[in-house]
Amino acid sequence: MKDWRFWFAEQRGTFMAIGIFLVMFVIYSSNHPAGFSANVVQTASNKGVLLAFVAMAQALVVITAGIDLSVGMIFTLTNCMASWLVSGTPLQVAFGVIIVLLTGAACGALNGAIIIYGRLQPIVATIATGAIYYGLALALRPFPGGTVDETLADALTGKLFHFLPASLVALAFVVLVVWIPFSRSVIGRAAYAVGSSEQAAYMSGVPINRAKFATYTLSGLLAGVGGLFLTFFTYTGEAAYASGNAYTLFSIAAVVLGGVSLFGGKGSAIGAIFGALAFRTIGDLLFVFDFDPLWQPLFQGVVLLIAVSLGAFGLLRIRNRLDWFG
Amino acid sequence: MNTLSDRLPGFIRRFDPAVATAFACILLLLFVGSLYSSNFLSPEYLLQQLKVASFLGIIATGMMMVILLGQIDLSLPWVVTVGAMMSSAVAGFGQTGAILAIPFGILCGILIGLLNGVGVAYLRIPSMIITLATNAVAQGLMVVYTGGFSPQDSASPAMRFLATGFIIPTLPNSVICWSAIGAAAVFLMTRTTFGRSIYGIGNRERAAYLSGINTRRVVMTVFAISGGLSAFGGVLLAGYASKAAQSMGDAYLLPAIAAVVLGGTSILGGRGSYLGTVAGVLLITLLQSILSVMQMPEFGRQIIYGVVIILMLLLYGRERLVR
Repeated sequence: MKDWRFWFAEQRGTFMAIGIFLVMFVIYSSNHPAGFSANVVQTASNKGVLLAFVAMAQALVVITAGIDLSVGMIFTLTNCMASWLVSGTPLQVAFGVIIVLLTGAACGALNGAIIIYGRLQPIVATIATGAIYYGLALALRPFPGGTVDETLADALTGKLFHFLPASLVALAFVVLVVWIPFSRSVIGRAAYAVGSSEQAAYMSGVPINRAKFATYTLSGLLAGVGGLFLTFFTYTGEAAYASGNAYTLFSIAAVVLGGVSLFGGKGSAIGAIFGALAFRTIGDLLFVFDFDPLWQPLFQGVVLLIAVSLGAFGLLRIRNRLDWFG
Repeated sequence: MNTLSDRLPGFIRRFDPAVATAFACILLLLFVGSLYSSNFLSPEYLLQQLKVASFLGIIATGMMMVILLGQIDLSLPWVVTVGAMMSSAVAGFGQTGAILAIPFGILCGILIGLLNGVGVAYLRIPSMIITLATNAVAQGLMVVYTGGFSPQDSASPAMRFLATGFIIPTLPNSVICWSAIGAAAVFLMTRTTFGRSIYGIGNRERAAYLSGINTRRVVMTVFAISGGLSAFGGVLLAGYASKAAQSMGDAYLLPAIAAVVLGGTSILGGRGSYLGTVAGVLLITLLQSILSVMQMPEFGRQIIYGVVIILMLLLYGRERLVR
């Protein structure tokens, strides 16, 4: 086989996600009352980008065969922090942004430290740290409120050159600065190796602990970027339990749609981004077809259920029943 | 270390250190509480705590069986709500409705549990994922059901009686329910083939399969039981609050998992005792009670919850190092 075919096989999940997204988006925009215009794209991308950041955060952890059920809460916590800190003089704004991002990274690092050095199961550990982060968010914002620097917010949620949504550019920037260098570095390769087989990775001298720690920290950072953007969109901070949980749930759905294997070692954050955009578009399809918005949670749930059940087709390929048990 | 444990009498040696720690923490909490308020050790207060604990206890029983399999059931919040809402809904239909209310609520929970079970056992979807998905579906169904019109949401007299009444004077009915369910669970888990195969599957599903256990059916059944128990917890909660509300189950996911894990049940499956879960449930309930007596605001409770769970897990819930 040639190199490009290996590359294609490796990226198949990502291409599937892009395909699903394109199909859904064509259906969405061709049925939208306003048609395919810059404004429709801008609104859609602003909504999608939030989930895309959280999904990227989840994807990084899932690649190492872990899971982070606290991403939604990190997202909420950073949102509440940003509503306090990101305002005032340009210097203060810059300082606030840095503090918010560092907080996100610190939350991720705490998750990583507890899971790696405390050797706890990611599911339980991140449910517990999620409660802590939510508690902190609630302490910062018992009631919704706060402000954010509106010039910066409008610049990052508006349009560039009258057609290009600035949020998409920001997303691309984050991918270029965080994901591309990470996936090409030794640590990034190690993260994939850990996800495929931790034992084998350990035996081959791969720095497993460093790789996992870096992944969890970066994941927290990305969730923090998401929280910052949420503040830019809403201009407020709110410690909403339901919305934090929903983002955690949707991030997992996006990761699955994006072709990242929940067993680790397969997929990419790019796939997760398109998974997130596709998931958002599917959720919004109801609005275009004039359904009652009450049906949206059920519709999204059913889409999620179908998406995760699709993995079961892999069972048809299994020759030995013992492979059922992984 | 070895010599010390050899010298101890057998019944102490057999005692799980995790369960012992949990009971020690309960005593510690009672002691701290009694310093704070003298009512803390009064029988009325303790019975009240036991009553509140019984709802969590019933829910945690199902969660424990799922965790013993090495799986997890994250659909708990909305299954609890479905149980509460559906039974209240049926209770609105006159005489037959009042009779069918409780069984119908439980049946709805069992159905969602079966869906989880089929996904995990037959479609081999990771339990964490499929249960999150069914949770979302259950939420969607309830949103559609309650949206637009306000449905019948008050509990039937039977539900209220089960949750707050007294058959035996001074002993609340909900505690009796918990005891009955607990006794049944202990019998199931320690005295039946089905129960032993739960432990077997939790240790190594492949080995259990090779020794002739129909592992898929066992896994599916356990998820159905867990769904049914969560829904029954929801029915009781609706009876306790005398009405069903959306998101009433949200407050039970973390405590249920925490109670099971704090009671020494391994999150990887295959190891744990019901006594430990009882200890975990009491521990969590007392902790909640003390925090509310101290008038700790909600954010502080959340943080303390998280910290306590992580600390207890670090004490004895650690995995083996990769070698």
